[in-house]
Amino acid sequence: MTSEFISEQFDPGSLKKNTKDPRTLFGLIMSGIAGTFMVMAIIPLIIILLYLLIQGISSISPSVFIELPPPPMVEGGGFGNALLGTVIMVSIGALISVPIGILAAIFLSEYSGGQIANWIRFATNVLSGVPSIIIGVFAFGAIVLTFKTYSAWAGGFALSILMLPIIIRTTEEALKLVPQEVRQASVGIGANDFQTVLFVVMPAAIPAILTGVTLAIARAAGDTAALLFTALFTQFWPNWENKLAEPTASLAVLVYNFAIVPFKNQQALAWAAAFILVLLVLLTSIISRLATSKRQF
Amino acid sequence: MTSISERRLEQRPPLEKIMDTVFLWAARISALAIAGVLIWIITLVFIQALPAIGQFGLGFLFKSTWNPVRDEYGILTPIYGTIVSSLIALLISVPIGLGVSIVLSEDYLPTQIQRILVFLVELLAAIPSVVYGLWGVFVLIPFLREITPLKGPSMLPAALILSVMILPTISAIARDALINVDIGVRQAAVGLGATRWETILLVILPAASSGIIGGIMLALGRALGETMAVTMLIGNSNQLNVSLFQPSNTISSLLANQFAEASGLQVSALMYAALVLAIITLVVNMLAQIVVTQLQKI
Repeated sequence: MTSEFISEQFDPGSLKKNTKDPRTLFGLIMSGIAGTFMVMAIIPLIIILLYLLIQGISSISPSVFIELPPPPMVEGGGFGNALLGTVIMVSIGALISVPIGILAAIFLSEYSGGQIANWIRFATNVLSGVPSIIIGVFAFGAIVLTFKTYSAWAGGFALSILMLPIIIRTTEEALKLVPQEVRQASVGIGANDFQTVLFVVMPAAIPAILTGVTLAIARAAGDTAALLFTALFTQFWPNWENKLAEPTASLAVLVYNFAIVPFKNQQALAWAAAFILVLLVLLTSIISRLATSKRQF
Repeated sequence: MTSISERRLEQRPPLEKIMDTVFLWAARISALAIAGVLIWIITLVFIQALPAIGQFGLGFLFKSTWNPVRDEYGILTPIYGTIVSSLIALLISVPIGLGVSIVLSEDYLPTQIQRILVFLVELLAAIPSVVYGLWGVFVLIPFLREITPLKGPSMLPAALILSVMILPTISAIARDALINVDIGVRQAAVGLGATRWETILLVILPAASSGIIGGIMLALGRALGETMAVTMLIGNSNQLNVSLFQPSNTISSLLANQFAEASGLQVSALMYAALVLAIITLVVNMLAQIVVTQLQKI
């Protein structure tokens, strides 16, 4: 009886998708537009990576890693000093920001759940939105004007402020993923607070924390605006005898300086340096993907 | 057996207690340092800008002269360029970013491919700004010269590159917001007979609107402060030009270009410009944070 009732009232054919129905057409068109936008978003990435690959690889030779930047119109040369300068300044940045960042994250996730933590989280997010050029201006005022010289220290200081928010955020996320039971177990067998945090919670979160540090390093290595007038640029090697208190070259500033000159040999070096920077970013992104996809718990 | 209960009565060694306190305070001070740095940045830039603020007052914002020889400074052109380039970038990247976030949050594609696409879009955000600039100088500008009346560096290529750079910010946050919309809401809409796009446009997007707006504002903050790519592409001219094919300037590129060679009152004027940029981006970012945190509470 029920089947008769349905067949009288209901035509199963109406369940089929009617392709001429304006609602269906509208959906198809919108899907098409969204799909086109998706493709449009990926195209620039592919074009940029392709250009970097072609231009970068053709300009790279072993000598670019160890030689000094060439004068205009002179073949050869490299960006050994810029590579070393980037390594030095990123290391200074990491030495400042990693301990402070991890301690701050520990405070946020282990010691405070209240209003202060929310304010500090807010400040961290706002700090990560401060343009790097403003951080450069700040480091210029704080370090360069105080010590009356451009230096690797000023550059490293500026980079450390760029790295801080990234490290805090990733470390806090990592610490939050450690289950509460682990802490309770540690306290239960008589550990102090700092023992619990340092010897139980931290080791469990270490892979994710390292990922955050790597991402921060990649971001700092590629940043130019913060170094433009803190470390400046130089054609020479970093000067250890002067305790690095001199203008210091970096890969990022080298790309900028050599991109806006009309000399082919320097432009080729700019492409090579850009290739190295993007390779660094690519590798760290992929590694961080792999590292965080495996959960500790 | 009594030894255990006796040991339990022993006090912790004083060294451990001190370690505990020291560690807590180290963490506390580090956390407060973050807020301190933010205040330090604003205060220092403000103090450095004071001579120029005293000299030019608010008129600094409405004059378009930038003359280091006569020490006359105004940043009308950079302010105009900053706002216009960011708005054009938003105009391009908001629809595209929303399209991307919809494609990557609906079930159009298998999860594996979706994950790869999400990664690729995120990669756009990771490429250093100076690399975008390099690419813009050698590829984008020559290309645009073929198809438009463009002569060289100008507003159009700068805004185009900006739109690519802020796209991942919009699409990532919008996608998060779309995914977080309660599945029940979607089921209710479909259950009432709505098609996929009726559900998206009339139910899902409105429900996710605060997250989407937050993402757009974060992207705006990034566009306003973006420096290297824009500096390399915009032409750095302090003449006020309305045409997109003419060189212009932004506050950040003014700073990038002039800071290293500036002296005297010019440094202070640049600090004033930096203060203006810092305040604009801080306000935009704070509003965005508030909107996004509201979203997380829901």
